[in-house]
Amino acid sequence: MMSATMFLLIVACALVTWLPRILPFVFVRSITLPTVVMRWLSYIPICILSALVLSNLFHNNGRFVTLHWDLFFAFIPTVIVALWTKSLSITVMVGIIAMACVRYFATAF
Amino acid sequence: MASVVQQEDRFIYGVRDCLPTLLGYISIGIAFGVVGVASHLSLVEITLLSVLIYGGASQFIFCGLYLVGTPASIIIITTFIVNLRHLLMSLTLAPSFTNNSLLRNIGFGTLLTDETFGVAVAKRAQTTVLGAKWMDGLNITAYLAWIAASVLGTVIGKWIPSPETWGLDFALTAMFVALLVLTLSAAKHAMLQHYLLLIGYMMMIMYILSYFLPSHIAVLVATMLVATIGVVTEKK
Repeated sequence: MMSATMFLLIVACALVTWLPRILPFVFVRSITLPTVVMRWLSYIPICILSALVLSNLFHNNGRFVTLHWDLFFAFIPTVIVALWTKSLSITVMVGIIAMACVRYFATAF
Repeated sequence: MASVVQQEDRFIYGVRDCLPTLLGYISIGIAFGVVGVASHLSLVEITLLSVLIYGGASQFIFCGLYLVGTPASIIIITTFIVNLRHLLMSLTLAPSFTNNSLLRNIGFGTLLTDETFGVAVAKRAQTTVLGAKWMDGLNITAYLAWIAASVLGTVIGKWIPSPETWGLDFALTAMFVALLVLTLSAAKHAMLQHYLLLIGYMMMIMYILSYFLPSHIAVLVATMLVATIGVVTEKK
């Protein structure tokens, strides 16, 4: 089952994801965001997506930040398939298969 | 115009237009269930995350942060930042629904996702208007598919002893790669150069920040820094 702490944590996360989704629908007639804020927000998708990808690829070993080589070798075909197919589902499936192959060969040899 | 709206504004057409995106929802939903099990979450917790949070990226991140014992405050702030992009999507769609009641507008916002946003803006580009019933059909289909897939993934996850050997943990990274490529490919040519430059800045900043910040805080700080660089360096 679930602890009260876990329940509250999920509810809090739900609340902070819900508010940005609904507030524009509630207030769109009464307020307009300053242009500079809108410009800033327009860069958020690209920035956050690339930051998330990079945070998965980088690895701090205590002394140096290096690449997770196994993830990097799965990352290359994933990018190629994403550029080629422009399909979310195909990219995810190829990514999973590529990662499984890399791990299989890493343990086999 | 009115006849076009009436003709197109049917719940079932929304369901139909949702179908091409379902494979995406189902594969990532299943992957989420599997990753949830691997992160030591129960079926009830996994289902509740899908029902209440309803956001692939934030749910995966929730698992990742929870697994390594991240403090609750950091989990909440990170979830907020990861989903802040929905503010921009809501702002884009909201003007189409100003004639509908407040309650229905809250409904549209509640079920907004990257994918339904994509389908809705593509539809609006063709028909110039969006119907409320059509939007509900699109939203509710996507929502139910997501919950069902998460539950199915949890069941599958219980059978797979170590999802990492199967590469399933990579589903998250692959999804971000695909969403990044899709966003970049939708950008105008002039903007694309600017975006690529920003990704270059992002590589440098993330690399440097990774030396002294935990990765989830590095993501947060780097995103705000590079978005600011984006505003400052853009050509008028």
